[in-house]
Amino acid sequence: MEVAPVSSAPLDGVAAAAGLADLPPLRMRLAARGIDATTLLCLPAVAAVLALFLYPFVYGLILSFEPKVGGLFANYAKFFGDPFLYDTIATTLRLAVPVTILNLVLAVPIAMRVRLMRRQRLLTTILVLPVTLGTVLVAEGLLNYLGPQGWFNRTLVWLGVIATPLKLTNNYWGVFASLLITGFPFTFLLTLSYVTGIDPALEQAAAVHGAGARRRFTSVVLPLILPGLAITFCLSFVQAFAVFPSAVLLGAPAGATRVISIAAYQAAFEEYDYAMASAIAMIMGAVQLAIVAAVLGLRALVYRGPVGGTKG
Amino acid sequence: MIRDTGPGARLWRIAVWGVTLLFCLNLLAMIATVVLNSVATRWLGTWLPLGLTTRWYGSAWEEFQLGDILVVTFQVVFTVVAISGALGVAAAYALARRSFPGRSLVLLVFLLPLLVPPVTYGIPMATVLYQAGLGGTFWGVVLANLVPSIPFVVLVMIPFIEQIDPRIESAARVFGASTTQLFVRVLLPLLLPGILAATLLVLVRTIAMFELTFLTAGPTSQTLIVALYYAVFASGVRAGQSIDAMAVVYMAVTLAWLLVALRFVDPTQIVARSKRESSAA
Repeated sequence: MEVAPVSSAPLDGVAAAAGLADLPPLRMRLAARGIDATTLLCLPAVAAVLALFLYPFVYGLILSFEPKVGGLFANYAKFFGDPFLYDTIATTLRLAVPVTILNLVLAVPIAMRVRLMRRQRLLTTILVLPVTLGTVLVAEGLLNYLGPQGWFNRTLVWLGVIATPLKLTNNYWGVFASLLITGFPFTFLLTLSYVTGIDPALEQAAAVHGAGARRRFTSVVLPLILPGLAITFCLSFVQAFAVFPSAVLLGAPAGATRVISIAAYQAAFEEYDYAMASAIAMIMGAVQLAIVAAVLGLRALVYRGPVGGTKG
Repeated sequence: MIRDTGPGARLWRIAVWGVTLLFCLNLLAMIATVVLNSVATRWLGTWLPLGLTTRWYGSAWEEFQLGDILVVTFQVVFTVVAISGALGVAAAYALARRSFPGRSLVLLVFLLPLLVPPVTYGIPMATVLYQAGLGGTFWGVVLANLVPSIPFVVLVMIPFIEQIDPRIESAARVFGASTTQLFVRVLLPLLLPGILAATLLVLVRTIAMFELTFLTAGPTSQTLIVALYYAVFASGVRAGQSIDAMAVVYMAVTLAWLLVALRFVDPTQIVARSKRESSAA
């Protein structure tokens, strides 16, 4: 919106000669564009985030190109030349991708069912527990629970499903279980918020026209939640890809679950090579970004629009 | 809502509830294992421990210096809550009330720290903090924890502030309220539920924030979760029951605040901004 210039009649002579007479003061021009004292309230928070998040990121990026020894790309060359280092990408993907897909596959049907419930609060409260307690506590709990004498193995042996206890800790499956237990509630609660946003009238209309349950899901609900599921996949995947404490405590940090964050941590705090650690952190960010970009690119191909059933 | 009534639909329904029940059962059993082990005299190769005792709490309290750790934890957490609350609410107010060039860029700056996982940005951040001489200190831990907390407060508060009719503020101005009066007597009472929800969620999240604290904490600035990590990491040195006693203390601290927080917020808000709220706005 344009602000009408204030009357500048009293400012004859000088200002007019300077050619500023028909422009309102800078303050008003800024206010017209939405910048005034109130806008400045966001400055401290922006400054804090820039200084503590963006600056270190840029600093780390530059630092990664200043290796202890060698040329500009020596850190990256070292990472991609050493299987002990570059294998961590595959190891992490082998954990993060299946867990994220399993979480989504479980979350969608359960969310579809839970949205029909009137009292969701008890279930959502139970599910929010592992998210709140955090990975360290889940790792400690699972060490006992999934151990050879833990309740999980005991129950399976008692039921006759298995003859001898399964080895579920200090290997791939321990970390898998911990990512499932902390990741599923996160995925589920996000999915639930998308699913509840769909107008039930759309499904009712499909039912009136004779669509069965499966048809209603595949041709009405699924296309509507697909963009939301893409976002959910990205957020859950990024969390799983950054797995750290449970990979150390519950996995085999020197072997099957030597994930990329362990490599970055060791470079920084065991070898004190901050340049290398930054390079690994940047590679980690780049892999996450690549997967997220791929998923969001696919998302652009599907329908995005209102999920309400209103006319017009 | 449509209810299907075929045998297939019933079977599917049972399967879905079965999986949900199984998940919750495993989750609760896992937590129960920790609690039960912390009060067990001896628990090896049996369904239940041989006897119950509370002595592990006493020994954990001394071995891990839980008193000191709890004090540090609360100092860190409340400092983070106070700073992120003040900065975050102010920024949210500006973003909710004004549209200015670059507003979406500012929103992106606040969104990024919540989307990028802590380990990814934590390592370069720890490097910078160590070079500034803040690594391993109380303020280093606080600064690190501000990174996800400030944006979280901003993004939770924006819809809250948007719900308040700006004409109420104009009316107060017309009746001659100064900026301070406007804030203390009009805005603050209206925003209090939102501020309470946002700060309580930050509180719970900061108590449980492992990665950033772990990367920046020194021996005297460890929080409970980091101390728990080191205890589990070096398990074998100490009795498992003692570690579990510490885990129970950690759970009690977190869950007590979670219960308080849940009085003011929807559980889904802990991971996402509730859909119902944003559609009502």
